[in-house]
Amino acid sequence: MDTRVSKKKLGLKDRYTAMTRGLHWDTTYQPMDKVFPYDTYEGIKIHDWDKWEDPFRLTMEAYWKYQGEKEKKLYAVIDAFAQNNGQLGISDARYVNALKLFIQGVTPLEYYAHRGFAHVGRQFTGAGARVAAQMQSVDELRHYQTETHAISHYNKYFNGMHHTSHWFDRVWYLSVPKSFFEDAYSSGPFEFLTAVSFSFEYVLTNLLFVPFMSGAAHNGDMSTVTFGFSAQSDESRHMTLGIECIKFMLEQDPDNLPIIQRWMDKWFWRGYRLLTLVAMMQDYMLPKRVMSWKEAWEMYAEGSGGALFKDLARYGIREPKGWKDACEGKDHISHQAWNTFYNYNAAAPFHTWVPDDEELAWLTEKYPETFDSLYRPRLQYLREQQAIGKRFYNNTLPMLCTTCQIPMCFTEPGDATKIAYRETEHLGDKYHFCSDHCKDIFAHEPEKYVQSWLPVHQIYQGNCFKPGTDPSQAGFDPLAAVMDYYEVKVGEDNFDFEGSQDQKNFNEWRGDDGLGEDE
Amino acid sequence: MSTVALGNYEFAPKDVRQNFPAPLLYIGWEDHLLFCAPVCLPLPGETPFGALTGEVLPGVYGAHPDFARIDWSQVLWFKSGQPWQPDSTKSLQENGIGHKDVIRFRTPGLTGIGGSLS
Repeated sequence: MDTRVSKKKLGLKDRYTAMTRGLHWDTTYQPMDKVFPYDTYEGIKIHDWDKWEDPFRLTMEAYWKYQGEKEKKLYAVIDAFAQNNGQLGISDARYVNALKLFIQGVTPLEYYAHRGFAHVGRQFTGAGARVAAQMQSVDELRHYQTETHAISHYNKYFNGMHHTSHWFDRVWYLSVPKSFFEDAYSSGPFEFLTAVSFSFEYVLTNLLFVPFMSGAAHNGDMSTVTFGFSAQSDESRHMTLGIECIKFMLEQDPDNLPIIQRWMDKWFWRGYRLLTLVAMMQDYMLPKRVMSWKEAWEMYAEGSGGALFKDLARYGIREPKGWKDACEGKDHISHQAWNTFYNYNAAAPFHTWVPDDEELAWLTEKYPETFDSLYRPRLQYLREQQAIGKRFYNNTLPMLCTTCQIPMCFTEPGDATKIAYRETEHLGDKYHFCSDHCKDIFAHEPEKYVQSWLPVHQIYQGNCFKPGTDPSQAGFDPLAAVMDYYEVKVGEDNFDFEGSQDQKNFNEWRGDDGLGEDE
Repeated sequence: MSTVALGNYEFAPKDVRQNFPAPLLYIGWEDHLLFCAPVCLPLPGETPFGALTGEVLPGVYGAHPDFARIDWSQVLWFKSGQPWQPDSTKSLQENGIGHKDVIRFRTPGLTGIGGSLS
């Protein structure tokens, strides 16, 4: 009886182990340190990678199946949306500007995340962490693709979406998300995970995704909602990876604590500054409002985030340094950001506008302590000016923060009437910041941030004109030359919503002259 | 502190003076947040300070209804946040202004749109 008995199929657990950790081997021809140089240089000490708890027990095989199913559903909805002219069902053409912001500023980050996780997935010596990072890398690439596909339908009908990859590398405000991610993926793998998996995905992602996706639902954009659902299950896996990674590092060695705390301070603040764009979208760009930025902050940051840092206190972690200032900012940053884009809308490929009376009333209700005293008067003034044909545009380029690269529009903690200025010197040059926290980030790694590609400075250095442009020529118009370099279509992609092509087209398609019922 | 890196980490700063045709000056008008942020302008060091207030700033801030009401003799100046007394007959350079300096001015009595400091 020497017939071979066929082995029983592996159980789920064994199969999982075999298809993840079982794929790892230690090198023999070359020392491990030489093959995996990135895994130790940041100073994080790992004694036993086997202690890594895999946050989601997926093999690649299961992953493909699962994602493939989701993909089918998503593309069915996207197709149906296109065939039924779903773009006509949205609340108002102003809504599309939220999508423009998303495809310009968020979608490219998915691609950067894909690259970042691919790098991390190559560099860790721990198999569990590598597999998790590889799957997330594939997730991020998929998000980049599905977002692009979902929003491409709108690109057929609206301006401001036709050249987003080109803009991401050039347009002034897109340097904010771009520099955030370049900062993250030019750090070591452990810092990258703290930055993206923990600070961004775990602490802040709800503040990014929920407002956009519920905003889409409220404004009749089922295509984007479906994309959101399709990404949501990935996001929860990403969040789990973030918290697992932090706990693992903290449990491996007490020397890791100060390094991780500093990264948390840095990346919480950088993420918070980046979310300024979301705050503004939520309070100003959705014709049908979901919740205010302040409410979202209270629910997702102060509520869930507060509980998280209490939980991490047992490892010696305290809340990030900028936490209190961020909580105070909930009353202000959306208004300050909207004013910034209103000021510089000549150079931004999406539209801004003054909220209508009903919207102003909503803002008053949501911001009872600050809106009427600080922000309403200027919006009403801007509306009056616009009504007499003097739509205000700021014609001088702004001063930027060296770290977050946002125009210096933020105010002092404790006094929302004064712009916050911070400065320092490094090797004989002055550097300026919007806050103590952006200044601290610079102070820790000045060699990194002296390389900041600050759009305003780049324009003044002459690096943002097309080849052959001669700035010394009589009648040279620098703004026009910069727009040409950006490849923004002046008069279509930029300026106020009022009078825009988007507005006119949408009203025509809907058979609405924009004047209401009785003409 | 410095950047932790695998190799030598040294890169040229992007915004040194010689990369610009003229030094950069940052200017902020206090209590007038209609202008969302301070502005950044390349201005030759030999520009007289008086030309800054007389020729440059009207182009930058003239759209604000308060601008025409400014009594320049009453204006309070700050450099890097500290009270500062420029001499309008001297140049920017002679007034001690260098590349990437930040100056601000307060216009007493002018409180912006509807008193909102905007």
